[in-house]
Amino acid sequence: MAVLAPEAGGGARRRFDVRLWLPTAWVALVAILAMTAPWLHRVPLIRLKPNAKTLGKAGQLPSMKFWLGTDQIGRDIFSRLVWGGRVALAVGVVAVVVAMVVGGTLGLVAGFYRGKVEVVLNTIVNTLLAFPALVLVLAIITFLGHNLWNIVTAIAIVGIPAFARIAYANTLAVSQREYVLAARSLGAKNRRILFREVLPNVILPLSAFALVVTAVAIVAEAGLAFLGLSIERPKPSWGSLIDDGRKLLVSKGVWHVSFIPIICMFLTVLSINLIGDRLRTLIDPREAKV
Amino acid sequence: MSADHLLVVEDLKTHFKTGAGVVRAVDGVSLTLDRGRALGIVGESGSGKSVLSRSIMGLLPGSNVLRSGSVKLDGHELMGLSRSDMRSYWGQTMAMVFQDPMTSLNPVMKIGKQVGEGLRRTLGMSKRDSIETAERLLADVGIPEPARRLNEYPHQLSGGMRQRVTIATALSCGPSLLFADEPTTALDVTVQAQILDLLAAQQHDRNMSMILVTHDLGVVAGRTDEIAVMYAGQIVERAPTASLFANMKMPYTEALMKSIPKLTDKAHTRLDSVGGRPPNLISPPAGCRFAPRCPYVSERCLTEQPPLVEAIESPGHYFRCWYPVGSPEHTDAVRRRESLAALAGGN
Repeated sequence: MAVLAPEAGGGARRRFDVRLWLPTAWVALVAILAMTAPWLHRVPLIRLKPNAKTLGKAGQLPSMKFWLGTDQIGRDIFSRLVWGGRVALAVGVVAVVVAMVVGGTLGLVAGFYRGKVEVVLNTIVNTLLAFPALVLVLAIITFLGHNLWNIVTAIAIVGIPAFARIAYANTLAVSQREYVLAARSLGAKNRRILFREVLPNVILPLSAFALVVTAVAIVAEAGLAFLGLSIERPKPSWGSLIDDGRKLLVSKGVWHVSFIPIICMFLTVLSINLIGDRLRTLIDPREAKV
Repeated sequence: MSADHLLVVEDLKTHFKTGAGVVRAVDGVSLTLDRGRALGIVGESGSGKSVLSRSIMGLLPGSNVLRSGSVKLDGHELMGLSRSDMRSYWGQTMAMVFQDPMTSLNPVMKIGKQVGEGLRRTLGMSKRDSIETAERLLADVGIPEPARRLNEYPHQLSGGMRQRVTIATALSCGPSLLFADEPTTALDVTVQAQILDLLAAQQHDRNMSMILVTHDLGVVAGRTDEIAVMYAGQIVERAPTASLFANMKMPYTEALMKSIPKLTDKAHTRLDSVGGRPPNLISPPAGCRFAPRCPYVSERCLTEQPPLVEAIESPGHYFRCWYPVGSPEHTDAVRRRESLAALAGGN
């Protein structure tokens, strides 16, 4: 934590880093395909047709026509994987961002203003934490219905207390630092201190945590789908693809129908975690880069 | 009251309500500070010196703090002002340099922004003006290549440089009173002198008053006009710097002085230390608060609290002791103690 030549640090930072770019490339590929899925059937080479039945023979291995083979009723696995990626993307991005904004705000306000606000907000957060997550999700989905946005809402609500806790703990620590007192001694108002001094220091651990939660949320949605609790079939989700393939694996010994979505999900979750790790060490100005 | 008095503190008490009882961190402190003068507040950890400076500034957190007494700045009473009223004093009239430059700078904000923030907000400067002024401030506090430093983060600077930045930040809105709360404790010895000289120079150039809080008598020796020694929340000795060093009255001050290593001592000389620990501030001793640790303690010290009195031979020199060092009473007390010890040894 001493003096260093900024050129040396900057140079090392800009060098090509495989551990960062390989996972980023994978996540970007998944995200782009998922986002453009509704238009991909017009792209001549890709020909995406997820829900049209009997496009080919059931259980085919990967080929030029069906890039990743076909499933138990002959649907193109690649197409269904891409459409399933939309669900993963929605859950991993929208649900996590909502949970981070809501939970982060709760924790920040509770940790900064203390007093009665703190008691009320912490009670809410603790109640949410004490409630079994699976039961909560099931209740929300059963009550509101099995569609994508209800699942996103459910996962966001389950994620809120974790973000609130992290924001709260960090805010408590940061508010005690001398630079907060220093800002106050120069005449800064509470709101200014909250947004200029505290928030920028809390947002870093919060966003590092958000990437972990993204991975967890994708796995959670897949788990729900595997149990048949996510969006209704025949709309594809990675979890229901794995479940479909599992049946084929058990009855006919066809492995690729379940393993392809498993590998796809594994790579995505692993990539997100790797990116989280690398980014944390790279962008945090508090960590000296010698 | 003379017009020269910038700060007049009278019987300031700052108590903290805790689960274990009321902690009397500052217990009846009075002091005056003239414009353009420097006051050193000396005392060991837990003597209440940091709380005193924060209490004068009104920077203590609200709910469990009890403050009473009077703090007058430029003739205006600060005690009882609301936070938003205090805000007009913070930065422009009073500013503070904190102990640890590692934690008193925001790690995710660039230097230029931190130094310029007060300028823009409090003085209403434009962004460009604030950057220019920030650059000049950094140059003032002896930072080489100030233009480049503006765009760096605190972790890219050394400890001494960071403390220079915090000083520049504190000076930015032109305060008339600067508090420096142990500004060199977290720094290398070699850098300490530079920072202290910088503070003294800035204080002189800007005709600012300064309160320098430290645990080291050596730090305040050449750089202050007056010194107040604090012990257990009270001022136990207050005198013009020269008078204090020439003629210490309070055994505690003497003990502090003896605990400074001297260059003339032979190697491996055992350093004098003040035995024991500062008293519990929830229920301080009934008599003199230093009595339990005082080498010259007598019966009277344990039962009656000495008042802060002015020395007859040197006006302006106040002390709080029944048997001040160098007085006939003191010699008597020492002699009595020695004979008692001899008696105990003889048995």
